[in-house]
Amino acid sequence: MSKLFNALREAIAREDAVAQATLVRGEPLGAKLLIYEDGRILGTLGHPELDEAVAADARALLPQGKIETRSYQLASGEEVDVYIESFLPPRRLVVIGAVHIAIPLVAMARELGYRTTVIDAREFFATRERFPHADELIVAWPDEALAQVPLGPQTDIVVLAHDEKFEDPALQVALRSRAGYIGAIGSRKTSEARAERLRQAGFSDEDIARIHGPIGIDIGARTPAEIAVSILAEIIAVRSGRDPRGAGSGLLPAKATAGND
Amino acid sequence: MRDILPEIEQWMAEGEEIALATVVRTAGSAPRPVGAKMAVTRSGRMAGSVSGGCVEGAVFELAQQVLESGRPQLVQYGISDEMAWDVGLSCGGIIDVFVEPLVRRG
Repeated sequence: MSKLFNALREAIAREDAVAQATLVRGEPLGAKLLIYEDGRILGTLGHPELDEAVAADARALLPQGKIETRSYQLASGEEVDVYIESFLPPRRLVVIGAVHIAIPLVAMARELGYRTTVIDAREFFATRERFPHADELIVAWPDEALAQVPLGPQTDIVVLAHDEKFEDPALQVALRSRAGYIGAIGSRKTSEARAERLRQAGFSDEDIARIHGPIGIDIGARTPAEIAVSILAEIIAVRSGRDPRGAGSGLLPAKATAGND
Repeated sequence: MRDILPEIEQWMAEGEEIALATVVRTAGSAPRPVGAKMAVTRSGRMAGSVSGGCVEGAVFELAQQVLESGRPQLVQYGISDEMAWDVGLSCGGIIDVFVEPLVRRG
């Protein structure tokens, strides 16, 4: 087995961002080059000038996690194709509120390749028995717990707490972060009241517009599992640059959905 | 890759010979995007997919050849021609699949 494949597995296991380039048309067919985020490279595509050009392109593709095949012209004039694949650390889903909906949400997010963190101040909610699929369970006040979690663009935050005293501090931390997606459960009325409280706390309309609430897209979701699908569908849409807002979530009033616990 | 890595790790631990097929280009309404992967063992195990099920059988056969020869191959699958017995994509579109040996004995 190739040394390079081992190096790739190690980088993925360490959660380092890494790109792998493969020569898919031309010779030596199948030759590989690994390009690390810090600029290091490993292996070769068999042509020094090609390694250099591909490494530069791969570094540009890596931050966006892009995958594509590009054509290059060698010094000899021959044209070759190189397949470049980026491997970013897994996305992280942070769920505030270890409520009933959070259980299928975490299980399904895992299927989507997410690392999941569940946060709740109530220790009888955030238990391993209820959340066997969660990568991390934190029993603490949401704002304190969020301080322990990296909240970069690879992180999505879902607030299911549905209680001002949990929800507001969590959303304030979320809005100050670079999180990729922020959603909060609650009816349209609840969402409006929440927006007003955040406005009074000094957040701009632009800040508040980052919050998706009512959370989820309108698929007529009723059960916790269906609502989890609706939330994850919205996250996927936002991640893909398709903001589905305006369609309305179509969720039941929060009492009938979030209150199942 | 990440989605089929657990299976690949498991197969490696069991000493399997493994080929990896990757969609490297698409045109038209391809069923799966660039980067879609399927791993195949010499013993006949499979993980992942490169299309909606249209060409997996052909890729499986090709993967066996690649494991036999140790030589990667780039193949193109296009719209199926109902008059021919060739494999093809029923949904239209064209995909280029690169098949390479990942783990090979001796």
